[in-house]
Amino acid sequence: MTTTTTGADLAVSRAEYCVIACAEAWRGDGEVLAAAMGTVPTLGARLAKLTFEPDLLITDGEARLAADVPALGAAPAAVEGALPYRKHLELVAMGHRHVMMGASQLDRHGNQNISAIGDWSRPSRQLLGMRGAPGNTVNNPTSYWIPRHSTRVFVPGQVDVVSGVGYGRLNGPTGRFHDLRRIVTDLAVLDFGGEGHAVRLLSVHPGVTVDQVIAATGFPLVLPGDIASTRDPSAEELRLIREVLDPRGARDREVRG
Amino acid sequence: MSADEVVGRLSDGMTLGIGGWGSRRKPMALVRAILRSGLRDLTVVSYGGPDIGLLAAAGRIRHLVTAFVTLDSIPLEPHFRSARESGTLERLTEYDEGMLLLGLTAAAHRLPFLPTRAGLGSDVLRVNPELRTVVSPYPDGEELVAVPALRLDAALVHLNRADRQGNGQYLGPDPYMDDLFCAAADAAYLSCERLVDTADLQKEGSPGSVLVPRWSVTGVVEAPGGAHFTSCVPDYDRDEPFQRAYAQAAADPSAWPAFEQRFLSGDEQDYRAAVADLRAEATR
Repeated sequence: MTTTTTGADLAVSRAEYCVIACAEAWRGDGEVLAAAMGTVPTLGARLAKLTFEPDLLITDGEARLAADVPALGAAPAAVEGALPYRKHLELVAMGHRHVMMGASQLDRHGNQNISAIGDWSRPSRQLLGMRGAPGNTVNNPTSYWIPRHSTRVFVPGQVDVVSGVGYGRLNGPTGRFHDLRRIVTDLAVLDFGGEGHAVRLLSVHPGVTVDQVIAATGFPLVLPGDIASTRDPSAEELRLIREVLDPRGARDREVRG
Repeated sequence: MSADEVVGRLSDGMTLGIGGWGSRRKPMALVRAILRSGLRDLTVVSYGGPDIGLLAAAGRIRHLVTAFVTLDSIPLEPHFRSARESGTLERLTEYDEGMLLLGLTAAAHRLPFLPTRAGLGSDVLRVNPELRTVVSPYPDGEELVAVPALRLDAALVHLNRADRQGNGQYLGPDPYMDDLFCAAADAAYLSCERLVDTADLQKEGSPGSVLVPRWSVTGVVEAPGGAHFTSCVPDYDRDEPFQRAYAQAAADPSAWPAFEQRFLSGDEQDYRAAVADLRAEATR
């Protein structure tokens, strides 16, 4: 486990920096559903709700809206509504949702592939399928969580199958709700803030160098003059992650090293 | 009815809708009855789970319409993977999850299509070249995907309770799309954990929990454990040890025949005995 020391004797793990970076993706969102896929994004959404973004809506991971903020895998003490799949899909169309999805491939335009590797008609590796990615990306602010930042995910060319829609593929009013926000990885935080929505490096996690991120990315990144370090968690945030949200340390199984 | 009688009403080449979602409340007893039959060349519409894996592995599906196939706690369905990677699945229509919902809704509403933004800009339009778009006739002029109605010859769903008239009740947190599958079908067959008197439907749930109305149901089968190994909350959770055993065997062509022989060569009673046997082995 890579650790960095902040303040007193608080050694912050890489996974904990990732939780903070994911939480930050929902900052300023207000009363929207934080739809999180994966352990670290789920922890990020719950941490954001417990701290700076209390109006977020979260689910119990199944079909209920949690009124409080349960630990990972625990049932909420109070429920504020139901969100079965049908309602969830209606909510996608209604907006009021910021989703953080995974990606098996992601390209420089922000196209995401979770469907298949290789030729779609006879894939070398069948993945999940389109799932909700096409609808998510044309309807909702979308961020991505990549637990292993590598050139296998950040591909040099275009993704093999476009499940989630990137920039430059929607014309006129069709694209009015398209909004790719952030990419959080185990190494860094990126966004689409470069010229023509080019992928830009926002911050690297402590212990990671900019060169490492460049080497693990299959396309050129926009590098601002001043690349920050991903911010440290406060002592209270660390306590919430470790004691309240994830006492069993599931985050360290998703992000190692 | 019995599960085998349901399958007796189905024929080769039909379009079947299968309810549930992923590895959740799948009408597995009915799927197992299809596996025992000679039914083939099916078009299957499903939010796919092991129903698709099993039918694909047995070569029963000619055309699959879905948005994903998954075992939930195991992300990729091994049989579906190998059917796709070996090219044995003849045709796949791969939609966004919301498009599938709209296609079923259009069929249930007796409409030719319903419009959506989902799919635009993605490869859903590339890999399904038969899909058409429509332009809003209003001043916004927005272009939208016209999802065609997914009309079904028959639907198969599994609910917690039902009465003999075909009113089906769910007691878990999610209805999935089961009522839409039934309404989109010319004939719908509902299996349930327990048949109850109509008056007793109100004992365990509110009127709103009676999801599937009898007008949309052709036949009812009492099939306790009929969703196994998928979940049927609150009656039972997913049988994770069994699902792991299934996934391991499904991922290994040399192991699959023995699994098939042990669990799928007999009738539903044999299946349940074999499952109990495996469970006893694990706790021994």
